[in-house]
Amino acid sequence: MFTILDKRKLSAEVFRMEILAPNIARERKAGQFVILQQGGDYAERIPLTIADADPEKGSVTIVFQAVGEATHSLGMLEPGDAIENVLGPLGQPTHIENYGKVVCVGGGVGVAPMHPIAQALKQAGNDVRIIIGARNKDLVILEEEMQAIASELTICTDDGSYGRKALVTEPLKELCETWKPDLVVAIGPPIMMKFCTATTRPFGVPTVVSLNTIMIDGTGMCGGCRVSINGKTKFVCVDGPEFDAFAVDWDNLLMRLGTYKPQEQEAHHRCHIGLQIKEGEA
Amino acid sequence: MSHPNREQLDALAQEQLAAYGGRKLSVKERLAIPAQDMPTQDPAERVLNMSEVATGYTDAQVVVESLRCLQCANAPCVKGCPVRIDIPRFIARAAEGDYAGSVAVIKESSMLPAICGRVCPQEAQCQLTCTVGKSLKSIDKAVNIGRIERFVADWESEHHARKNPEIATPTGKKVGVVGSGPASMTAAADLRRAGHEVVMFEALHKAGGVLVYGIPEFRLPKSIVQEELDALYAMGVKIERNFLVGRTAKVTDLMEREGFDALFLGTGAGLPKFLNVEGENLIGVFSANEYLTRSNLMRAYDRNKAGTPLYGSHKVAVFGGGNVAMDAARTARRLGAEEVTIVYRRTDEEMPARREEVAHAKEEGVRFLYLHAPLKIVGDEKGRVSHVELITCELGEPDASGRRSPVEIPGSEAMHEFDTVIVAIGNDSNPLIEKTTKGLDVNRRGNIIVDEETCATSMKGVYAGGDIVLGAATVILAMGQGRKAAKAMNAFLADGGATA
Repeated sequence: MFTILDKRKLSAEVFRMEILAPNIARERKAGQFVILQQGGDYAERIPLTIADADPEKGSVTIVFQAVGEATHSLGMLEPGDAIENVLGPLGQPTHIENYGKVVCVGGGVGVAPMHPIAQALKQAGNDVRIIIGARNKDLVILEEEMQAIASELTICTDDGSYGRKALVTEPLKELCETWKPDLVVAIGPPIMMKFCTATTRPFGVPTVVSLNTIMIDGTGMCGGCRVSINGKTKFVCVDGPEFDAFAVDWDNLLMRLGTYKPQEQEAHHRCHIGLQIKEGEA
Repeated sequence: MSHPNREQLDALAQEQLAAYGGRKLSVKERLAIPAQDMPTQDPAERVLNMSEVATGYTDAQVVVESLRCLQCANAPCVKGCPVRIDIPRFIARAAEGDYAGSVAVIKESSMLPAICGRVCPQEAQCQLTCTVGKSLKSIDKAVNIGRIERFVADWESEHHARKNPEIATPTGKKVGVVGSGPASMTAAADLRRAGHEVVMFEALHKAGGVLVYGIPEFRLPKSIVQEELDALYAMGVKIERNFLVGRTAKVTDLMEREGFDALFLGTGAGLPKFLNVEGENLIGVFSANEYLTRSNLMRAYDRNKAGTPLYGSHKVAVFGGGNVAMDAARTARRLGAEEVTIVYRRTDEEMPARREEVAHAKEEGVRFLYLHAPLKIVGDEKGRVSHVELITCELGEPDASGRRSPVEIPGSEAMHEFDTVIVAIGNDSNPLIEKTTKGLDVNRRGNIIVDEETCATSMKGVYAGGDIVLGAATVILAMGQGRKAAKAMNAFLADGGATA
């Protein structure tokens, strides 16, 4: 059992939890994730990126958005409660080195997994600029933390309720033109990562993305998470989650994410009632 | 096909028992006793549930079947058993109705009779060499050794007659067992019995390996696996779940930092192979591992309760001809697919699946399309599987392994309508431990290289067994290796780690 040490609500549907998991805290590196299962024998296993870790305290931090049944039931837990199963750290760590100038782009809840990577890149001596995207002001998370890392922080909202009224690709394009980064790291909804890829490709700026596919075991035994990378099948859980954005078959990835759409929509509706989140609020 | 029910089969056995029981039988008389059919759930009913298909012999049946054994002095059956169970002796006890004595004989050599009696390919092992089958010129007429083994193991469990083995005085040594499948379960029991502290590491949230995520409930009830795990707990084996060796801690960390004196690696062969054809990443294409893990481990078959979703399938193609293919096809039928087709490159004769499972699949309405190979998978505008292009094959000359290889017939390509594809063409070894452990030698296929006699790897104090050494094999072979490794490890530890 893995005890929840702390829980904070970052926005209407986004929670941050600190969990006691000394083994994972000791081993984890930026870019890695955990698989978590909670709520009894019938509950689903879900992948979540490790947003932070404190090896001394033996804790790891996850940030998640309540989008389906499993994340909703997780959101109902409080400090002192325990999560039955947390497996990790999984996946390949981010390759960190001094590239020079790096742009980190985080969309929605993807800002959370971006945090340890941006932090590690900064520590490696990079000049890190950060772009955060959210649908509206209430959904902007980790602004302070990012401010502490970035030499320049740009916040975009879809509705203009905070920061720039723009998609993240706008400032990203400007930076590619004027600042000429050596590396772009993009983490967020797949459609955002796809368009970030389309933005940086003409400039030839190496771009890394962290893919969030459907997963079950997270250890390489099922291939549910497979993606096509340069025409070759790779497993996101063991070969990734990070890949060269230009090599990813985005259309296939986006299609595959829709595999269980009908089942998920039904479950989503059920659990929103449970968490008393109004439709459209998040 | 008429389906004799349990009562009918029992009544038949009672009659035979009245005719043969209670007196000494001649070889001729023994050979005249008909082989006892296994009672099973009616096919029409069982495709609607997940309960065990074969319901096990009745008391009368097990005695009658046991009377068929000739008690051969040379016991060729024993040579066919990978762990050399004293088969004539346990069958003789069963014939006398001494089930406790019978199961005790089995347990001298095998830890998991309730499991092996169910899932061993007996027709390729102990029953292949049975004199009765040879005399009657049919493997189907060999003594049903597996069914008798299963009966006495189940009897023990139902009568709570199970005794935990005695544990030797604590040795102060700490041993890690990586993985919790049949090889590891066997090794853990034998190591614990010798008085060592034993910790088992399992990556998934449930222990048992392929016995829980792979083999379906209708072939191996999970309560049986749980009983074996409970026995390990009762013996004092600790089971650490959610622990992926290689990531949560490395092999070297366990040895150097965590103070383990020896390790057994029983991590299996769990990396699914794909077809490498166009369209393999379309929606509706699954590895059998994924399909079965969803259904078995995550219990997705129980749709009202399970959080893990299942793909809605109507016309399913399963590629492959092994037990995993049969399990996937029969699971798909139970999950509501109207039409399930096993597509296999060779013919019925070459199919590696157990005969009994093939027969069960056929009874359950699974179609078999032999001598066909996939060329590509085609999807609709939403990226969902709609068709598979297959090519017809014929059998060519036998290859190095003695199997006749399929040869594609040019011009025989044709489109077949399917909405789901399940790939069950085998598994490779997971490279995680190898990649994160310096000094551990593996072969070209990623299998750990061990000493044949001791299962010792190239690293001192580290032993390995089961599918990670053999490649995808059988439960009983994995068990046999676990036992062999434990014996060598016990010697190594008794020696203070001097024998490597």
